[in-house]
Amino acid sequence: MYGNLTIRPEDIENWGKKVEQEDPDRLAEFEARIERGEKIEPQDWMPFEYRRQLIRLIEQHAHSEIIGALPEGTWITRAPNFRRKLALMAKVQDEVGHAQLLYSAAETLGKSREEMINDLLSGKSKYSNVFNYPAETWADTAVIAWLIDAGAIINQTTNAKGSYGPYGRALERICWEESFHLKYGYDSVVYLATGTPKQRALLQDALNRWWRPIMHFFGPPDTVSVHTEKLIKWKVKLATNDEMRQQFLDMYVPKIWELGLTIPDPNLRKDPETGRWEYSDPNWEEFWQVIGGNGPCNKERLAVRRFAEEKGRWVRKALLTPQARYVTPLA
Amino acid sequence: MIEALEILVLSLADDDLIMGHRHAEWIGLGPILEEDIAFASIAQDETGHAQAYYQLLTDLGLSTPDEYAFKRKASAFRCAHLVELPNFDYDYAVALMRHFLYDAAEQVRLQALREGTYDPLAGLADRLLREEKYHWLHATTWIQRLGHSTEEAHLRLRSAMQQLWPYAWALFEPMPMETEMVEAGWIAPSASLREKWVNLIQPILEETNLWLSPPTEETLLAVRGGRQGHRSPFFESLLQELTEVSASEPEAEW
Repeated sequence: MYGNLTIRPEDIENWGKKVEQEDPDRLAEFEARIERGEKIEPQDWMPFEYRRQLIRLIEQHAHSEIIGALPEGTWITRAPNFRRKLALMAKVQDEVGHAQLLYSAAETLGKSREEMINDLLSGKSKYSNVFNYPAETWADTAVIAWLIDAGAIINQTTNAKGSYGPYGRALERICWEESFHLKYGYDSVVYLATGTPKQRALLQDALNRWWRPIMHFFGPPDTVSVHTEKLIKWKVKLATNDEMRQQFLDMYVPKIWELGLTIPDPNLRKDPETGRWEYSDPNWEEFWQVIGGNGPCNKERLAVRRFAEEKGRWVRKALLTPQARYVTPLA
Repeated sequence: MIEALEILVLSLADDDLIMGHRHAEWIGLGPILEEDIAFASIAQDETGHAQAYYQLLTDLGLSTPDEYAFKRKASAFRCAHLVELPNFDYDYAVALMRHFLYDAAEQVRLQALREGTYDPLAGLADRLLREEKYHWLHATTWIQRLGHSTEEAHLRLRSAMQQLWPYAWALFEPMPMETEMVEAGWIAPSASLREKWVNLIQPILEETNLWLSPPTEETLLAVRGGRQGHRSPFFESLLQELTEVSASEPEAEW
Protein backbone atom coordinates (compact mmCIF):
# COMPACT_ATOMS: atom_id res chain seq x y z
CA MET A 1 0.00 0.00 0.00
CA TYR A 2 1.50 3.27 -0.95
CA GLY A 3 0.44 6.79 -1.71
CA ASN A 4 1.98 9.08 -4.28
CA LEU A 5 5.60 10.17 -4.40
CA THR A 6 5.85 13.37 -2.46
CA ILE A 7 8.63 15.64 -3.63
CA ARG A 8 9.89 18.13 -1.12
CA PRO A 9 11.87 21.21 -2.19
CA GLU A 10 15.07 19.82 -0.64
CA ASP A 11 14.76 16.67 -2.76
CA ILE A 12 15.33 18.56 -5.99
CA GLU A 13 18.13 20.82 -4.89
CA ASN A 14 20.71 21.22 -7.68
CA TRP A 15 18.45 19.23 -9.95
CA GLY A 16 18.94 21.14 -13.20
CA LYS A 17 22.66 21.36 -12.71
CA LYS A 18 23.09 17.62 -12.40
CA VAL A 19 21.00 16.87 -15.46
CA GLU A 20 23.00 19.46 -17.38
CA GLN A 21 26.19 17.65 -16.47
CA GLU A 22 25.04 14.48 -18.22
CA ASP A 23 26.44 13.50 -21.62
CA PRO A 24 23.94 15.22 -23.97
CA ASP A 25 23.98 12.43 -26.57
CA ARG A 26 23.31 9.66 -24.07
CA LEU A 27 20.66 11.76 -22.34
CA ALA A 28 18.91 12.38 -25.65
CA GLU A 29 19.00 8.69 -26.50
CA PHE A 30 17.71 7.77 -23.04
CA GLU A 31 14.82 10.21 -23.34
CA ALA A 32 14.02 8.98 -26.82
CA ARG A 33 13.79 5.40 -25.55
CA ILE A 34 11.35 6.44 -22.86
CA GLU A 35 9.39 8.47 -25.38
CA ARG A 36 9.06 5.32 -27.53
CA GLY A 37 7.68 3.46 -24.49
CA GLU A 38 10.74 1.25 -23.96
CA LYS A 39 11.59 0.02 -20.47
CA ILE A 40 14.86 0.95 -18.82
CA GLU A 41 16.63 -2.08 -17.32
CA PRO A 42 19.24 -2.16 -14.52
CA GLN A 43 22.24 -2.55 -16.83
CA ASP A 44 21.16 0.33 -19.11
CA TRP A 45 22.67 3.79 -18.99
CA MET A 46 20.53 6.26 -17.04
CA PRO A 47 21.00 9.82 -15.78
CA PHE A 48 22.20 10.17 -12.22
CA GLU A 49 19.01 11.95 -11.19
CA TYR A 50 16.78 9.26 -12.71
CA ARG A 51 18.56 6.65 -10.64
CA ARG A 52 18.48 8.79 -7.49
CA GLN A 53 14.80 9.65 -7.75
CA LEU A 54 13.84 6.06 -8.49
CA ILE A 55 15.79 4.71 -5.54
CA ARG A 56 14.05 7.25 -3.36
CA LEU A 57 10.63 6.41 -4.75
CA ILE A 58 10.96 2.62 -4.60
CA GLU A 59 12.60 2.75 -1.20
CA GLN A 60 9.78 4.92 0.20
CA HIS A 61 7.33 2.47 -1.26
CA ALA A 62 9.10 -0.54 0.31
CA HIS A 63 9.27 1.18 3.70
CA SER A 64 5.55 1.96 3.44
CA GLU A 65 4.84 -1.73 3.04
CA ILE A 66 6.70 -2.83 6.17
CA ILE A 67 5.46 0.08 8.27
CA GLY A 68 2.00 -0.49 6.80
CA ALA A 69 2.08 -4.03 8.19
CA LEU A 70 2.09 -2.64 11.73
CA PRO A 71 -1.31 -0.95 12.21
CA GLU A 72 -3.20 -3.90 10.73
CA GLY A 73 -0.82 -6.51 12.11
CA THR A 74 -1.78 -5.70 15.68
CA TRP A 75 -5.33 -6.84 14.90
CA ILE A 76 -4.47 -10.33 13.64
CA THR A 77 -4.51 -11.88 17.10
CA ARG A 78 -7.79 -10.08 17.84
CA ALA A 79 -9.68 -10.80 14.61
CA PRO A 80 -13.26 -11.85 15.39
CA ASN A 81 -13.50 -15.19 13.54
CA PHE A 82 -11.54 -17.69 11.48
CA ARG A 83 -12.49 -16.20 8.16
CA ARG A 84 -11.26 -12.70 9.01
CA LYS A 85 -8.23 -13.92 10.92
CA LEU A 86 -6.97 -16.03 8.03
CA ALA A 87 -7.62 -13.27 5.50
CA LEU A 88 -5.97 -10.58 7.59
CA MET A 89 -2.90 -12.73 8.16
CA ALA A 90 -2.62 -13.36 4.44
CA LYS A 91 -3.06 -9.66 3.71
CA VAL A 92 -0.42 -8.46 6.13
CA GLN A 93 1.89 -11.19 4.89
CA ASP A 94 1.35 -9.87 1.36
CA GLU A 95 2.37 -6.38 2.47
CA VAL A 96 5.64 -7.70 3.88
CA GLY A 97 6.12 -9.68 0.68
CA HIS A 98 5.67 -6.44 -1.28
CA ALA A 99 8.42 -4.86 0.77
CA GLN A 100 10.69 -7.78 -0.05
CA LEU A 101 9.89 -7.43 -3.76
CA LEU A 102 10.40 -3.66 -3.74
CA TYR A 103 13.66 -3.70 -1.79
CA SER A 104 14.91 -6.11 -4.44
CA ALA A 105 13.75 -3.78 -7.22
CA ALA A 106 15.54 -0.86 -5.55
CA GLU A 107 18.69 -2.95 -5.08
CA THR A 108 18.96 -3.26 -8.88
CA LEU A 109 19.74 0.47 -8.80
CA GLY A 110 22.67 0.04 -6.44
CA LYS A 111 21.45 0.58 -2.87
CA SER A 112 21.38 -2.43 -0.54
CA ARG A 113 18.40 -3.45 1.61
CA GLU A 114 20.49 -2.87 4.73
CA GLU A 115 21.32 0.69 3.68
CA MET A 116 17.67 1.38 2.94
CA ILE A 117 16.51 -0.01 6.28
CA ASN A 118 19.16 1.99 8.07
CA ASP A 119 17.89 5.14 6.37
CA LEU A 120 14.35 4.29 7.43
CA LEU A 121 15.39 3.79 11.05
CA SER A 122 17.44 6.99 11.16
CA GLY A 123 14.47 8.93 9.79
CA LYS A 124 16.39 9.96 6.67
CA SER A 125 14.08 8.05 4.38
CA LYS A 126 10.30 8.50 4.47
CA TYR A 127 7.27 6.26 4.12
CA SER A 128 3.63 6.92 3.37
CA ASN A 129 2.11 9.36 5.83
CA VAL A 130 -1.05 7.35 6.19
CA PHE A 131 0.69 4.77 8.39
CA ASN A 132 1.42 7.37 11.01
CA TYR A 133 -2.21 7.17 12.09
CA PRO A 134 -3.41 4.50 14.52
CA ALA A 135 -5.85 1.65 13.77
CA GLU A 136 -7.94 2.20 16.89
CA THR A 137 -10.66 -0.41 16.38
CA TRP A 138 -11.42 -3.45 14.26
CA ALA A 139 -13.43 -1.16 11.94
CA ASP A 140 -10.26 0.81 11.18
CA THR A 141 -8.71 -2.33 9.72
CA ALA A 142 -11.73 -2.75 7.45
CA VAL A 143 -11.54 0.87 6.28
CA ILE A 144 -7.79 0.58 5.69
CA ALA A 145 -8.11 -2.68 3.76
CA TRP A 146 -10.84 -1.24 1.58
CA LEU A 147 -10.06 2.42 1.00
CA ILE A 148 -6.33 2.71 1.58
CA ASP A 149 -5.71 -0.35 -0.54
CA ALA A 150 -8.08 1.08 -3.16
CA GLY A 151 -6.01 4.26 -3.21
CA ALA A 152 -2.84 2.20 -3.43
CA ILE A 153 -4.21 0.30 -6.41
CA ILE A 154 -4.96 3.53 -8.26
CA ASN A 155 -1.46 4.80 -7.55
CA GLN A 156 0.28 1.53 -8.32
CA THR A 157 -1.56 0.59 -11.51
CA THR A 158 -0.64 4.06 -12.75
CA ASN A 159 3.00 3.72 -11.76
CA ALA A 160 3.23 0.18 -13.15
CA LYS A 161 3.31 1.86 -16.58
CA GLY A 162 6.46 3.71 -15.58
CA SER A 163 9.74 3.52 -17.47
CA TYR A 164 11.82 1.47 -15.04
CA GLY A 165 11.32 -2.24 -15.84
CA PRO A 166 11.95 -3.92 -12.46
CA TYR A 167 9.68 -1.50 -10.60
CA GLY A 168 6.87 -1.79 -13.15
CA ARG A 169 6.94 -5.58 -13.02
CA ALA A 170 6.94 -5.59 -9.21
CA LEU A 171 3.96 -3.24 -9.21
CA GLU A 172 1.98 -5.39 -11.59
CA ARG A 173 2.28 -8.35 -9.27
CA ILE A 174 1.57 -6.22 -6.22
CA CYS A 175 -1.63 -4.93 -7.79
CA TRP A 176 -2.94 -8.46 -8.27
CA GLU A 177 -2.56 -9.06 -4.57
CA GLU A 178 -3.92 -5.67 -3.56
CA SER A 179 -7.09 -6.34 -5.50
CA PHE A 180 -7.79 -9.25 -3.11
CA HIS A 181 -7.14 -6.97 -0.14
CA LEU A 182 -9.70 -4.58 -1.50
CA LYS A 183 -12.30 -7.36 -1.82
CA TYR A 184 -11.55 -8.46 1.74
CA GLY A 185 -11.77 -4.88 2.99
CA TYR A 186 -15.02 -4.19 1.21
CA ASP A 187 -16.56 -7.42 2.48
CA SER A 188 -15.56 -6.52 6.06
CA VAL A 189 -16.99 -3.03 5.65
CA VAL A 190 -20.28 -4.40 4.29
CA TYR A 191 -20.64 -6.70 7.32
CA LEU A 192 -20.13 -3.75 9.66
CA ALA A 193 -22.40 -1.43 7.66
CA THR A 194 -25.22 -3.97 7.67
CA GLY A 195 -24.55 -5.22 11.20
CA THR A 196 -25.70 -4.11 14.62
CA PRO A 197 -26.04 -0.41 15.54
CA LYS A 198 -22.81 -0.73 17.49
CA GLN A 199 -20.97 -2.11 14.47
CA ARG A 200 -22.32 0.65 12.23
CA ALA A 201 -21.20 3.27 14.73
CA LEU A 202 -17.77 1.68 14.89
CA LEU A 203 -17.51 1.86 11.10
CA GLN A 204 -18.69 5.46 10.88
CA ASP A 205 -16.17 6.49 13.54
CA ALA A 206 -13.40 4.76 11.64
CA LEU A 207 -14.37 6.50 8.41
CA ASN A 208 -14.44 9.84 10.21
CA ARG A 209 -10.93 9.23 11.51
CA TRP A 210 -9.54 7.99 8.21
CA TRP A 211 -11.09 10.45 5.77
CA ARG A 212 -8.42 13.12 6.18
CA PRO A 213 -5.49 10.69 5.86
CA ILE A 214 -7.22 9.27 2.78
CA MET A 215 -7.49 12.73 1.24
CA HIS A 216 -3.79 13.24 2.02
CA PHE A 217 -2.90 9.85 0.58
CA PHE A 218 -2.21 11.04 -2.97
CA GLY A 219 -0.06 13.95 -1.87
CA PRO A 220 -0.52 17.74 -1.86
CA PRO A 221 -2.52 19.52 -4.58
CA ASP A 222 -0.80 20.07 -7.91
CA THR A 223 -0.83 23.84 -7.38
CA VAL A 224 1.59 23.59 -4.44
CA SER A 225 3.33 20.43 -5.49
CA VAL A 226 6.98 20.96 -6.35
CA HIS A 227 7.88 21.09 -10.03
CA THR A 228 7.79 17.55 -11.41
CA GLU A 229 8.00 18.12 -15.15
CA LYS A 230 11.18 16.10 -15.60
CA LEU A 231 9.88 13.16 -13.59
CA ILE A 232 6.77 13.06 -15.75
CA LYS A 233 8.88 13.26 -18.94
CA TRP A 234 11.02 10.36 -17.67
CA LYS A 235 7.88 8.41 -16.77
CA VAL A 236 8.85 8.10 -13.14
CA LYS A 237 5.65 9.88 -12.18
CA LEU A 238 2.71 9.17 -14.46
CA ALA A 239 -0.19 11.13 -13.11
CA THR A 240 -0.45 14.16 -10.91
CA ASN A 241 -1.63 13.93 -7.31
CA ASP A 242 -4.90 15.64 -8.09
CA GLU A 243 -5.61 13.39 -11.07
CA MET A 244 -5.30 10.31 -8.88
CA ARG A 245 -7.31 11.85 -6.05
CA GLN A 246 -10.12 12.69 -8.48
CA GLN A 247 -10.07 9.16 -9.84
CA PHE A 248 -10.32 7.76 -6.30
CA LEU A 249 -13.23 10.03 -5.36
CA ASP A 250 -15.02 9.15 -8.57
CA MET A 251 -14.72 5.44 -7.91
CA TYR A 252 -15.30 5.26 -4.16
CA VAL A 253 -17.46 8.14 -2.91
CA PRO A 254 -20.60 6.64 -4.53
CA LYS A 255 -19.78 3.24 -2.98
CA ILE A 256 -19.33 4.79 0.46
CA TRP A 257 -22.62 6.64 0.17
CA GLU A 258 -24.36 3.51 -1.07
CA LEU A 259 -23.55 1.86 2.28
CA GLY A 260 -25.37 4.66 4.10
CA LEU A 261 -22.18 6.12 5.52
CA THR A 262 -21.53 9.83 5.95
CA ILE A 263 -18.31 11.29 4.64
CA PRO A 264 -17.15 13.88 7.14
CA ASP A 265 -16.91 16.74 4.65
CA PRO A 266 -20.06 18.83 4.10
CA ASN A 267 -18.51 20.44 1.01
CA LEU A 268 -17.80 17.21 -0.83
CA ARG A 269 -19.66 17.26 -4.14
CA LYS A 270 -19.11 16.59 -7.78
CA ASP A 271 -19.40 19.70 -9.92
CA PRO A 272 -21.79 18.62 -12.70
CA GLU A 273 -20.25 21.08 -15.13
CA THR A 274 -16.54 20.35 -14.71
CA GLY A 275 -17.06 16.74 -13.62
CA ARG A 276 -14.55 17.32 -10.85
CA TRP A 277 -14.96 16.68 -7.16
CA GLU A 278 -14.86 19.64 -4.82
CA TYR A 279 -13.96 19.24 -1.19
CA SER A 280 -12.90 21.19 1.89
CA ASP A 281 -9.25 21.84 2.50
CA PRO A 282 -8.14 18.62 4.22
CA ASN A 283 -5.65 20.61 6.30
CA TRP A 284 -2.45 20.37 4.34
CA GLU A 285 -0.58 21.88 7.24
CA GLU A 286 -1.26 18.64 9.13
CA PHE A 287 0.07 16.68 6.15
CA TRP A 288 3.41 18.52 6.25
CA GLN A 289 3.52 18.19 10.02
CA VAL A 290 3.12 14.41 9.77
CA ILE A 291 5.77 14.17 7.03
CA GLY A 292 8.01 16.18 9.32
CA GLY A 293 7.68 13.50 12.00
CA ASN A 294 4.91 14.98 14.13
CA GLY A 295 2.03 12.66 13.32
CA PRO A 296 0.19 10.68 15.97
CA CYS A 297 2.27 7.50 15.47
CA ASN A 298 5.55 8.50 13.77
CA LYS A 299 7.63 7.89 16.86
CA GLU A 300 5.87 4.68 17.77
CA ARG A 301 6.18 3.20 14.27
CA LEU A 302 9.92 3.83 14.07
CA ALA A 303 10.37 2.65 17.65
CA VAL A 304 8.70 -0.66 16.75
CA ARG A 305 10.92 -1.07 13.68
CA ARG A 306 14.02 -0.27 15.71
CA PHE A 307 12.92 -2.79 18.33
CA ALA A 308 12.51 -5.49 15.67
CA GLU A 309 15.86 -4.54 14.14
CA GLU A 310 17.57 -4.77 17.54
CA LYS A 311 15.86 -8.05 18.48
CA GLY A 312 16.81 -9.69 15.18
CA ARG A 313 20.39 -8.47 15.01
CA TRP A 314 21.92 -11.67 16.41
CA VAL A 315 20.10 -13.72 13.77
CA ARG A 316 21.40 -11.62 10.88
CA LYS A 317 24.88 -11.68 12.38
CA ALA A 318 24.71 -15.46 12.71
CA LEU A 319 23.67 -15.81 9.08
CA LEU A 320 26.66 -13.78 7.93
CA THR A 321 29.21 -15.56 10.06
CA PRO A 322 32.03 -17.32 8.16
CA GLN A 323 31.60 -20.60 10.02
CA ALA A 324 27.91 -20.70 9.11
CA ARG A 325 27.34 -23.32 6.50
CA TYR A 326 24.61 -23.66 4.00
CA VAL A 327 22.18 -26.32 5.10
CA THR A 328 20.51 -28.37 2.43
CA PRO A 329 16.86 -28.87 3.31
CA LEU A 330 16.13 -32.45 4.26
CA ALA A 331 13.77 -33.20 1.38
CA MET B 1 -17.24 -42.54 22.41
CA ILE B 2 -18.06 -39.07 21.18
CA GLU B 3 -16.65 -37.65 24.38
CA ALA B 4 -13.30 -39.34 23.77
CA LEU B 5 -13.31 -38.16 20.17
CA GLU B 6 -14.04 -34.61 21.21
CA ILE B 7 -11.16 -34.68 23.67
CA LEU B 8 -8.77 -35.98 21.02
CA VAL B 9 -9.84 -33.50 18.36
CA LEU B 10 -9.86 -30.54 20.74
CA SER B 11 -6.36 -31.39 21.99
CA LEU B 12 -5.10 -31.31 18.41
CA ALA B 13 -7.14 -28.28 17.38
CA ASP B 14 -6.40 -26.16 20.43
CA ASP B 15 -2.66 -26.80 20.08
CA ASP B 16 -2.78 -25.54 16.50
CA LEU B 17 -5.04 -22.58 17.25
CA ILE B 18 -2.83 -21.26 20.02
CA MET B 19 0.41 -22.06 18.19
CA GLY B 20 -0.94 -20.11 15.22
CA HIS B 21 -1.75 -17.21 17.54
CA ARG B 22 1.79 -17.06 18.90
CA HIS B 23 3.44 -17.44 15.50
CA ALA B 24 1.22 -14.68 14.10
CA GLU B 25 2.76 -12.25 16.59
CA TRP B 26 5.89 -12.28 14.40
CA ILE B 27 4.25 -10.85 11.30
CA GLY B 28 5.95 -7.49 10.80
CA LEU B 29 8.58 -8.03 13.50
CA GLY B 30 10.80 -10.89 12.34
CA PRO B 31 14.60 -10.72 12.21
CA ILE B 32 14.51 -10.60 8.39
CA LEU B 33 11.58 -10.01 6.05
CA GLU B 34 11.75 -13.57 4.81
CA GLU B 35 11.04 -14.81 8.35
CA ASP B 36 8.05 -12.50 8.77
CA ILE B 37 6.70 -14.12 5.66
CA ALA B 38 7.58 -17.67 6.74
CA PHE B 39 6.02 -17.29 10.18
CA ALA B 40 2.95 -15.72 8.57
CA SER B 41 2.58 -18.80 6.38
CA ILE B 42 3.07 -21.21 9.23
CA ALA B 43 0.62 -19.26 11.40
CA GLN B 44 -1.97 -19.36 8.63
CA ASP B 45 -1.50 -23.09 8.24
CA GLU B 46 -1.83 -23.79 11.97
CA THR B 47 -4.91 -21.59 12.26
CA GLY B 48 -6.44 -23.25 9.23
CA HIS B 49 -5.65 -26.69 10.64
CA ALA B 50 -7.38 -25.80 13.91
CA GLN B 51 -10.44 -24.74 11.94
CA ALA B 52 -10.42 -28.02 9.99
CA TYR B 53 -10.18 -30.09 13.19
CA TYR B 54 -13.06 -28.23 14.85
CA GLN B 55 -15.07 -28.75 11.68
CA LEU B 56 -14.85 -32.54 12.21
CA LEU B 57 -16.78 -32.01 15.44
CA THR B 58 -19.22 -29.62 13.76
CA ASP B 59 -19.92 -32.38 11.25
CA LEU B 60 -20.95 -34.59 14.18
CA GLY B 61 -23.48 -32.00 15.30
CA LEU B 62 -21.29 -30.32 17.91
CA SER B 63 -20.25 -26.65 17.98
CA THR B 64 -18.93 -24.63 15.02
CA PRO B 65 -15.23 -23.78 14.59
CA ASP B 66 -15.88 -20.15 15.55
CA GLU B 67 -17.76 -21.23 18.68
CA TYR B 68 -14.93 -23.53 19.71
CA ALA B 69 -12.23 -20.93 19.13
CA PHE B 70 -13.95 -17.75 20.23
CA LYS B 71 -16.69 -18.69 22.70
CA ARG B 72 -15.25 -21.23 25.09
CA LYS B 73 -14.11 -20.57 28.62
CA ALA B 74 -10.44 -21.07 29.44
CA SER B 75 -10.93 -24.35 31.30
CA ALA B 76 -12.53 -25.95 28.23
CA PHE B 77 -9.32 -25.64 26.21
CA ARG B 78 -7.10 -28.72 25.98
CA CYS B 79 -3.88 -27.38 24.49
CA ALA B 80 -0.45 -28.16 25.90
CA HIS B 81 1.23 -25.35 27.82
CA LEU B 82 4.06 -25.24 25.26
CA VAL B 83 1.90 -23.33 22.78
CA GLU B 84 0.59 -20.91 25.41
CA LEU B 85 4.02 -19.60 26.36
CA PRO B 86 4.61 -16.06 25.07
CA ASN B 87 7.40 -15.16 22.65
CA PHE B 88 9.18 -13.60 25.63
CA ASP B 89 9.72 -10.10 24.30
CA TYR B 90 10.25 -11.31 20.74
CA ASP B 91 12.95 -13.82 21.47
CA TYR B 92 13.46 -15.41 18.08
CA ALA B 93 15.44 -18.30 19.57
CA VAL B 94 12.38 -19.26 21.62
CA ALA B 95 10.09 -18.92 18.59
CA LEU B 96 12.36 -21.03 16.43
CA MET B 97 13.05 -23.74 18.98
CA ARG B 98 9.36 -24.00 19.87
CA HIS B 99 8.50 -24.21 16.17
CA PHE B 100 11.07 -27.01 15.76
CA LEU B 101 9.92 -29.03 18.79
CA TYR B 102 6.25 -28.52 18.02
CA ASP B 103 6.40 -29.29 14.32
CA ALA B 104 8.41 -32.43 15.01
CA ALA B 105 5.55 -33.51 17.28
CA GLU B 106 3.10 -32.64 14.52
CA GLN B 107 4.95 -34.90 12.10
CA VAL B 108 4.77 -37.83 14.49
CA ARG B 109 1.21 -37.20 15.59
CA LEU B 110 -0.17 -36.71 12.10
CA GLN B 111 1.56 -39.80 10.75
CA ALA B 112 -0.07 -41.80 13.54
CA LEU B 113 -3.47 -40.28 12.86
CA ARG B 114 -3.13 -40.99 9.16
CA GLU B 115 -2.85 -44.69 10.01
CA GLY B 116 -5.81 -44.47 12.40
CA THR B 117 -9.24 -46.03 12.05
CA TYR B 118 -11.33 -42.88 12.22
CA ASP B 119 -11.54 -42.03 8.53
CA PRO B 120 -12.42 -38.31 8.73
CA LEU B 121 -9.43 -37.74 11.01
CA ALA B 122 -7.10 -40.00 9.01
CA GLY B 123 -8.07 -38.20 5.80
CA LEU B 124 -7.54 -34.81 7.36
CA ALA B 125 -4.16 -35.87 8.77
CA ASP B 126 -3.08 -36.91 5.30
CA ARG B 127 -4.00 -33.48 3.92
CA LEU B 128 -2.34 -31.57 6.77
CA LEU B 129 0.90 -33.52 6.46
CA ARG B 130 1.32 -32.14 2.96
CA GLU B 131 1.49 -28.62 4.45
CA GLU B 132 3.37 -29.66 7.56
CA LYS B 133 6.22 -30.95 5.42
CA TYR B 134 7.27 -27.34 4.79
CA HIS B 135 7.08 -26.40 8.46
CA TRP B 136 9.46 -29.21 9.22
CA LEU B 137 11.82 -28.20 6.39
CA HIS B 138 11.82 -24.63 7.63
CA ALA B 139 12.43 -25.59 11.25
CA THR B 140 15.24 -28.06 10.62
CA THR B 141 16.98 -25.77 8.12
CA TRP B 142 17.07 -22.92 10.62
CA ILE B 143 18.07 -25.00 13.65
CA GLN B 144 20.97 -26.50 11.72
CA ARG B 145 21.99 -23.21 10.19
CA LEU B 146 21.94 -21.21 13.43
CA GLY B 147 23.17 -24.16 15.46
CA HIS B 148 26.40 -23.99 13.47
CA SER B 149 26.89 -20.23 13.42
CA THR B 150 28.02 -17.88 16.17
CA GLU B 151 28.57 -18.59 19.83
CA GLU B 152 25.85 -16.09 20.66
CA ALA B 153 23.31 -17.85 18.46
CA HIS B 154 24.20 -21.16 20.02
CA LEU B 155 23.87 -19.81 23.54
CA ARG B 156 20.49 -18.34 22.74
CA LEU B 157 19.22 -21.55 21.18
CA ARG B 158 20.54 -23.51 24.12
CA SER B 159 18.81 -21.31 26.64
CA ALA B 160 15.57 -21.51 24.62
CA MET B 161 15.91 -25.29 24.60
CA GLN B 162 16.37 -25.40 28.36
CA GLN B 163 13.32 -23.23 28.86
CA LEU B 164 11.08 -25.14 26.44
CA TRP B 165 12.25 -28.72 26.93
CA PRO B 166 9.90 -29.81 29.73
CA TYR B 167 6.98 -28.08 28.04
CA ALA B 168 7.71 -29.85 24.76
CA TRP B 169 7.94 -33.16 26.58
CA ALA B 170 4.51 -32.46 28.09
CA LEU B 171 2.99 -32.29 24.60
CA PHE B 172 2.79 -36.07 25.04
CA GLU B 173 1.06 -36.02 28.39
CA PRO B 174 -1.63 -38.73 28.14
CA MET B 175 -5.04 -37.39 27.23
CA PRO B 176 -8.11 -38.15 29.34
CA MET B 177 -9.86 -41.24 27.93
CA GLU B 178 -6.73 -42.15 26.01
CA THR B 179 -7.37 -45.86 26.57
CA GLU B 180 -10.62 -45.60 24.62
CA MET B 181 -8.92 -43.68 21.80
CA VAL B 182 -6.17 -46.25 21.48
CA GLU B 183 -8.57 -49.19 21.68
CA ALA B 184 -10.69 -47.65 18.93
CA GLY B 185 -7.50 -47.47 16.84
CA TRP B 186 -7.70 -43.70 16.26
CA ILE B 187 -4.20 -42.95 17.48
CA ALA B 188 -1.16 -44.64 19.06
CA PRO B 189 -0.50 -44.21 22.81
CA SER B 190 1.18 -40.93 23.83
CA ALA B 191 4.25 -42.71 25.20
CA SER B 192 4.97 -44.39 21.86
CA LEU B 193 4.46 -41.10 19.99
CA ARG B 194 6.90 -39.43 22.34
CA GLU B 195 9.48 -42.09 21.57
CA LYS B 196 9.12 -41.48 17.84
CA TRP B 197 9.39 -37.75 18.44
CA VAL B 198 12.62 -38.19 20.39
CA ASN B 199 14.00 -40.33 17.58
CA LEU B 200 13.18 -37.58 15.11
CA ILE B 201 14.70 -34.64 16.99
CA GLN B 202 17.58 -36.21 18.88
CA PRO B 203 19.99 -36.60 15.92
CA ILE B 204 19.48 -32.98 14.83
CA LEU B 205 19.85 -31.63 18.36
CA GLU B 206 22.89 -33.77 19.06
CA GLU B 207 24.53 -32.75 15.81
CA THR B 208 24.07 -29.09 16.76
CA ASN B 209 25.08 -29.74 20.37
CA LEU B 210 21.68 -28.68 21.68
CA TRP B 211 20.39 -32.00 23.00
CA LEU B 212 19.34 -32.29 26.64
CA SER B 213 18.56 -35.39 28.63
CA PRO B 214 14.86 -36.04 29.37
CA PRO B 215 13.32 -33.75 31.99
CA THR B 216 12.76 -35.16 35.46
CA GLU B 217 9.31 -36.19 36.67
CA GLU B 218 9.43 -33.31 39.10
CA THR B 219 10.00 -30.71 36.38
CA LEU B 220 7.28 -32.25 34.28
CA LEU B 221 4.76 -32.07 37.07
CA ALA B 222 4.80 -28.27 36.93
CA VAL B 223 4.13 -28.03 33.19
CA ARG B 224 1.58 -30.82 32.74
CA GLY B 225 -2.19 -30.64 32.91
CA GLY B 226 -2.94 -28.87 29.64
CA ARG B 227 -4.82 -31.84 28.24
CA GLN B 228 -6.95 -31.95 31.42
CA GLY B 229 -8.04 -28.34 31.05
CA HIS B 230 -5.53 -26.73 33.39
CA ARG B 231 -4.25 -23.52 31.88
CA SER B 232 -0.84 -21.92 32.25
CA PRO B 233 -0.58 -18.41 33.74
CA PHE B 234 -0.11 -17.04 30.20
CA PHE B 235 -3.43 -18.26 28.84
CA GLU B 236 -5.89 -15.81 30.30
CA SER B 237 -4.47 -12.71 28.64
CA LEU B 238 -4.07 -14.62 25.39
CA LEU B 239 -7.73 -15.64 25.41
CA GLN B 240 -8.76 -12.10 26.21
CA GLU B 241 -6.86 -10.86 23.18
CA LEU B 242 -8.16 -13.64 20.95
CA THR B 243 -11.77 -12.81 21.82
CA GLU B 244 -11.46 -9.05 22.22
CA VAL B 245 -13.46 -8.15 19.10
CA SER B 246 -15.83 -11.11 18.99
CA ALA B 247 -16.78 -10.64 22.65
CA SER B 248 -17.38 -6.90 22.21
CA GLU B 249 -20.64 -7.66 20.36
CA PRO B 250 -21.28 -11.38 20.87
CA GLU B 251 -24.35 -11.73 18.66
CA ALA B 252 -22.89 -9.80 15.73
CA GLU B 253 -21.56 -11.21 12.51
CA TRP B 254 -18.20 -9.88 11.43
